[in-house]
Amino acid sequence: MIVTCSPHIRHQDTTKSIMRDVLIALAPALLVSVFVFGVHALVLVAVCVAFAVGAEYVFEKACGKPITIGDYSAVVTGLLLAYNLPLGLPLWMAAFGSIVAIIFAKQLFGGIGQNFANPAITARIVLLISFTGPMTDWVTGYPDTVAGATPLTLMATGQTDKMPSIAQMALGQIGGCIGEVSAVALLIGFAYLLYRKVITWHITISFIATVAVLTALLGQNPVYHMLTGGLMLGAIFMATDYSTSPQTPKGRVIFGIGCGILTVLIRVYGNYPEGVSFAILLMNIIAPHISNYTRNKALGGAAK
Amino acid sequence: MSIKRLSGVHAPHHKNTAECAPQRIPTPDKVIIPMNMHIGAPSTPVVKAGDLVKVGQVIGEAAGFVSVPVHASVSGKVVKIDELLMANGAKAKAVVIEADGLQEVAETVVPPTVETTEQFLAAVRASGLVGLGGAGFPTVVKLSVKNPNSIDYLLINGAECEPYITSDLRTMIDDCEHIIKGAALIKKFVGQKKTIIGIEDNKPEAIKLFQEKTANDPDFEVMAMPSLYPQGGEKVLIHNATGRDVPEGKLPLDVGCIVINVTTLAFISKYIETGMPLIEKCLTVDGSAVAKPGNVIAPIGTPIAKIFEFCGGYKAEPRKILYGGPMMGISVPSDEVPLLKNNNAVLAFAEKEATLAPTTACIKCGRCVAACPVGLMPATIEHAFKIKNVDMLNELKVMLCMECGCCSFVCPAKRELVLTNKLAKAMVREASQKK
Ligand code: SF4
Ligand code: SF4
Repeated sequence: MIVTCSPHIRHQDTTKSIMRDVLIALAPALLVSVFVFGVHALVLVAVCVAFAVGAEYVFEKACGKPITIGDYSAVVTGLLLAYNLPLGLPLWMAAFGSIVAIIFAKQLFGGIGQNFANPAITARIVLLISFTGPMTDWVTGYPDTVAGATPLTLMATGQTDKMPSIAQMALGQIGGCIGEVSAVALLIGFAYLLYRKVITWHITISFIATVAVLTALLGQNPVYHMLTGGLMLGAIFMATDYSTSPQTPKGRVIFGIGCGILTVLIRVYGNYPEGVSFAILLMNIIAPHISNYTRNKALGGAAK
Repeated sequence: MSIKRLSGVHAPHHKNTAECAPQRIPTPDKVIIPMNMHIGAPSTPVVKAGDLVKVGQVIGEAAGFVSVPVHASVSGKVVKIDELLMANGAKAKAVVIEADGLQEVAETVVPPTVETTEQFLAAVRASGLVGLGGAGFPTVVKLSVKNPNSIDYLLINGAECEPYITSDLRTMIDDCEHIIKGAALIKKFVGQKKTIIGIEDNKPEAIKLFQEKTANDPDFEVMAMPSLYPQGGEKVLIHNATGRDVPEGKLPLDVGCIVINVTTLAFISKYIETGMPLIEKCLTVDGSAVAKPGNVIAPIGTPIAKIFEFCGGYKAEPRKILYGGPMMGISVPSDEVPLLKNNNAVLAFAEKEATLAPTTACIKCGRCVAACPVGLMPATIEHAFKIKNVDMLNELKVMLCMECGCCSFVCPAKRELVLTNKLAKAMVREASQKK
């Protein structure tokens, strides 16, 4: 007879099913990316995923830890990192990035759930700082759009006349990292994640809304800011990473607003036109404190 | 009045037996009646091996304020006083009676004289009644109110939010009159100002029935509650019905509420009519290993194997047997354990339902936080427990955990959060004793 502690039934969701849902949600963006950039986008994705999963396997094997590649979380990390890279990045740099993400940002902190910073973001920033040139060498898939610059760079350098139309941006006809080009595809993924209750709306909406409101206040075009520079990718898939964001609804809103403010500050006043990664990383660091300060009030716990 | 709704989980209902009117099982040849079916001091056995007993005769006397007498549930011969290991790990004395099958009723079973509050309370104690839905809290203690003017609400718990269990629903439908009479008795002798019965909205027949029967009583309200486990938690019910919160370390009485389960209430009024103490229970028998699930009435102390036998036996090898529902029920080591006063279901599960998925690392998804009706942070409590930080556990209000199971239920990493909470509560208790 099996004797265990209650409850004796459990919800069907598992870590694996959640990660599978994230992969499904990321699929539309991959399709658009292949459509826009061609097969090479797939190669880049394959390299990142293979090295992420491989790094996880080798590290866990070497440390004698249980192998967790079956939970798909390393696949998600590899995919997210690939989405954050420009098409032309040398493949060895992408592979290096995957290894950094898994070993340095995830496994050395104790594996899934223990990392304080989002692995894909950490790797992206390491790559950006180490290989600034190749990391900002944008290619677009359409000959008739502006090559070599993202709309944000254009905006920052005052070349507003060369900026693509909003429809072009929404559908991905712009320069940028391979996964961030189509806001529409990413929003489909967002809808799926909400529908499957994988994430709640709090972080994503407060993040995007903050960027929109602040850029409007600063006299910039909020729609451009919302549709470019990986904001959608970051707000939907990276800022919502479980272990690096707060667990309470209130905390998540604060976290999203913080990400939004930092993104706008970096974009408008900083040297890097793309502030999303840095913003999320900075907020990752204070996420545990936000969790703590926004603890739910326990029922009847006020009076002692 | 708008009240912020507490969280909870959508547990699958599995109310397969809702249509099954309870059937009485034949008298078992043997019953094992433990002396500690209530929290508080175990009762003292007053019979010895060889004694002949009759149905309703006292075999164990109350041993303190938070204690009630225990009665024979069958007529026959006491064969021994056994030392029994209960499912919660405590050892208890148990009286084993070999039934003669005659079910002769004891001469002491006569309707009690109830004219004053003292007599009413004495009767409730003499009936051996404990809360029939939950932890086995003697009902008389709940009703012993120092200042009757302070009681604003009698909350009747008809939520029955645990999956599978339908015995309360059957009582509400088959015995609605006694529930209403019970509420009237409490109003007369304890004196609540308002009575509210809370029923989950997945039981529309019961809601309708009570609305009809109480239509001309302005002080009786029928409240439909969302079908969100755990609506039947005492503090959850109080919050949802009255907007009041029971402060840490206090009782419902302190906020002017008495919470009583429907079956408990029905029993009180039946007892006042007949004087027959608590000797049998209506309970749901279900689970994937049971051939013919249903509701049955069985004498207290019946080995639960006999109850399953009555329900067609096992159709698959039982791998896990529960006292109670799957969210808060206790898994027992064998089917030889006896039916207890506070059991409202026994469930038997086959391999597939009995085995749980393996535990993996916490991914900090926050689902446990979102699900907790009390507003606790189970993942953080787990961390604090691991590093043995009692101050942090206190700060996280672990003692408020009602062990409802929502957190473990939703956890995708299948972590044993409730178990950790129980251990953490024990750790806090131990630390405060040392002080
Ligand atoms: S539900 Fe489970 S995995 Fe999620 S935060 Fe709570 S303990 Fe961790
Ligand atoms: S922490 Fe306690 S009260 Fe909260 S969901 Fe878990 S078991 Fe229920």
